[in-house]
Amino acid sequence: MRLPALMIASARFLLLAGLSSAALVPVAEAQRRGATPARPASARPVSVQASLPPERASDDALPRARTGSVLVQGATVLTVSHGTLANTDVLVQDGRIARIGTGLSAPAGVPVVNASGLYLMPGIIDAHSHIATSSVNEATSPVTAEVTQEDVIDPFDVSIYRALAGGVTVSHVMHGSANVIGGQNETIKHRWGERDPEALKMAGAPRTIKFALGENPTRVHGRGNGIVPATRMGVEQVIRNAFEQALRYKAQNAAAARGAGDPAPYNLRLQTLADILDGKVLIHCHSYRADEIYMLTRVLRDYGVHRIVFQHVNEGFKVAPELAAFGNDAPTVAGTGDGVTNGFAMASVFADWWAYKMEVYYSTAYNAAVLTRNGVVTSINSDSNELNRHLYHEAAKTQRYGGLTDDEALALITLNPARQLGIDGRVGSIDVGKDGDLALFRGHPLSVYAVPLGTWVDGIRRFDADRDGDDARLSVRPDERVDTATLHVHDDHRCMEGVDLAELAAEATEGR
Amino acid sequence: MIRLLLFATLALTAVAPATAQPNNPPPSNPQGRQGVFAITNARLVTMGPQGVIEGGTLVIRGSRIEAVGAGVAVPEGAEVIDGTGLDVYPGMIDGGSGAGLTEVGSVPETRDNDDLGDLIPHFQALTAINPNSVVLPVTRLGGVTSAVVEPSGGLFPGTAALVRLHGYTPDQMLVAPEARYVVLEFPRTGRRGSFDQRSDDDIKKAADKALQKLNDTWDAAVAYARVDSAAAVQPEAGRERPYTPALAALADVVRGQRALLVRVDVAADIEKALDWAKTRRVPRVILSGAMEGWRVRDRIREAGVPVLAGPVLAVPTRASDRYDRAYANPGLMADAGIPVSIRSGETENTRNLPFHAGFATAYGWNRDAALRAVTIGAAEILGVADRIGSLEPGKIADVIVTTGDPFETRTTLRRLFMNGYDVPLASRQTDLYREFLRRTPSAQ
Repeated sequence: MRLPALMIASARFLLLAGLSSAALVPVAEAQRRGATPARPASARPVSVQASLPPERASDDALPRARTGSVLVQGATVLTVSHGTLANTDVLVQDGRIARIGTGLSAPAGVPVVNASGLYLMPGIIDAHSHIATSSVNEATSPVTAEVTQEDVIDPFDVSIYRALAGGVTVSHVMHGSANVIGGQNETIKHRWGERDPEALKMAGAPRTIKFALGENPTRVHGRGNGIVPATRMGVEQVIRNAFEQALRYKAQNAAAARGAGDPAPYNLRLQTLADILDGKVLIHCHSYRADEIYMLTRVLRDYGVHRIVFQHVNEGFKVAPELAAFGNDAPTVAGTGDGVTNGFAMASVFADWWAYKMEVYYSTAYNAAVLTRNGVVTSINSDSNELNRHLYHEAAKTQRYGGLTDDEALALITLNPARQLGIDGRVGSIDVGKDGDLALFRGHPLSVYAVPLGTWVDGIRRFDADRDGDDARLSVRPDERVDTATLHVHDDHRCMEGVDLAELAAEATEGR
Repeated sequence: MIRLLLFATLALTAVAPATAQPNNPPPSNPQGRQGVFAITNARLVTMGPQGVIEGGTLVIRGSRIEAVGAGVAVPEGAEVIDGTGLDVYPGMIDGGSGAGLTEVGSVPETRDNDDLGDLIPHFQALTAINPNSVVLPVTRLGGVTSAVVEPSGGLFPGTAALVRLHGYTPDQMLVAPEARYVVLEFPRTGRRGSFDQRSDDDIKKAADKALQKLNDTWDAAVAYARVDSAAAVQPEAGRERPYTPALAALADVVRGQRALLVRVDVAADIEKALDWAKTRRVPRVILSGAMEGWRVRDRIREAGVPVLAGPVLAVPTRASDRYDRAYANPGLMADAGIPVSIRSGETENTRNLPFHAGFATAYGWNRDAALRAVTIGAAEILGVADRIGSLEPGKIADVIVTTGDPFETRTTLRRLFMNGYDVPLASRQTDLYREFLRRTPSAQ
């Protein structure tokens, strides 16, 4: 009995938090909503989509996603991008939103859903998830930039279906937080039913990589393995050291390209770090305390990296003005008009998690509201296969804690996480031309009584509350005699999966 | 909404003595003050025989509710609180929480829920609940005014206590002298989270071993109770007895002086626990958890045992279960005729109890039944319905004044009374909000 209890406790202690979203609210829009005007720092034009690098070449090899068509009639449409439309129809054709209006008729063969009295919103986007992966942490070195979640996507994880049952259509599947510079992440669509891992990947989504500051990497490497970092001082130097090596790697290859000497031996870790410095990979950094958040902004400035999404950022509210101002000095984006910078620091947060470890003790559930009011593009994420089923409820908590408007609260789980993943041109709002990713609710999604009834991905209905049966699994282990119950454990999540937990639990018990 | 909240806090701060220096104001007393208060023109949801009273008045005097009704006169000298447009409810009661017993989950020095040993029913949660925990003000701002704070871990991990989340000493917090419950972690056959990778056989072996230990311990407790009761009649006979506090604690359960709070979740384990309690004629049994209670709800009803169900915001226990089973579980049991309340199973986020109830409602439970479950229903199960759980004259004044439905996410408190104290609507989390919403100095 004792050991499992310790393991549970340790899982909870080791929770890795990330920083997630920031709300970038133009001043005029904020004033229209009756909000306090945003600070000048947030008023600068920023195009996230335009500023992010092009899709990977390897995306061309992904299978073409299956698409569907549907006409949703007579819903209250929460567009997120342009307000609420009463009694409106939305037509999705071949995976894309084709028309939004009234009195639309379905083309031949297109199914019609009567949504009178119901609410339709964009598919929810979870900017921090560990579902649909068979492997979370490569906890063998403080820097493991070469590994990637791309290689370990598990299309059979029933958590994907359960997320759909909460209206979630996109997850950012992240490496864990054991390492200062962890592995690369993968943005997936919840195409539940597809058995090819490739079929879940969202073609065109920019590359992202996990960084992690604070207790988790110092515990795993400093106290666990006796190597730097054991402190937040060490975390900074690990990052600087990695970037310096990448600069030398780049310089040697650049020189070789000019005919001066041999190229560096190929090294995927250094190449990935070089890609970060070149702005080809967006950093999503697990972080909690204000000091470490501020540290990373200084380091990134020194290396000319102008874009960062902080994950968890429980103390982001303490440095909200600095986050809002970060990237102001970045160069403008070619071809996007006057003065559009490509710099930003965004935040992806929990609605109310705190006190499960020391670095989140001085938290406040008003974090998302403070960040939003200071002009930081903010999202609310789950980091949990429980929480991700009710992100709409998590977003609503910002109305209890800080009085955000309906549109602001809904943006926290749609348009803002889309910006943070660089996919806001494709998803995150109900607009003609965007993907047919939709969630239909009985009751307003910001009400505690809301119930998701249907979820579409690329126009294909992947969840139907009225028709789906009990057992949604796609596969059952052949050696399974019975589906053994797994009891609820608070904060049982996967950020530190792959780390030797028994050892860490013993350490925690001994109070070392 | 927030602005009003801040004004309320500032107004309380303003009653500070005039001698205070402006740059060093005394802190407002976070526990508030008692007095005579009349909340007028409010919608009183009494959860008692008076039902819902529109435009009613509720009078609080000292620690008690003095009057409730539509035509109640405001006593002379009472502080009048205009409740126009506001709702008034009894404070909510969490049937299972770690609030005050654990401060920071990852820091062992702040965790007092789980001591060494499997047989420590005499260890008292009440002893280790920190009245000054930062968690408590955060929790009560969610409308949760009391909670069963429970130890956990081994077979008999200790005695839980129903406490009001207000006061400076454990005795001030304990809702009633008898509001303590001996916890039994019934041997379980489920996995304990995704980190538990034991084989099915190992799980069963561990459960069988624990059950044997439970049976042996119970037999000893029954014997102890017999000797102890005899000694009460013939005091001399008991002088030579050894000091066995664990058996003494269990003897109280054997004799029905304390309820046994049985933590159990898996369907087969629930059936086994009910059989176990019936065979041994345990006088007072309350099930806690019962995540799979919906599977065996008829058996629970037949046993006549109440349930503190939850958490509700949880994934189903089995991958093959429908996605909403944990949400629907309390309602399915209640609709089968079982007295059901809710335990959040939370520690620092015990404030989310109303959301657990709200999700149970969204997924099928009657809303009024769910509201009853977290107020007077919980008080009945816990044996304190004469003290808390409803707005009735003579009851302790644990009262929340809200902007609306207390389950609804956007609802906030406008006023909070606990044990008659007018408690400021402030916590470290609201303090940080006030400090950092418009930080000075701002960015350089």
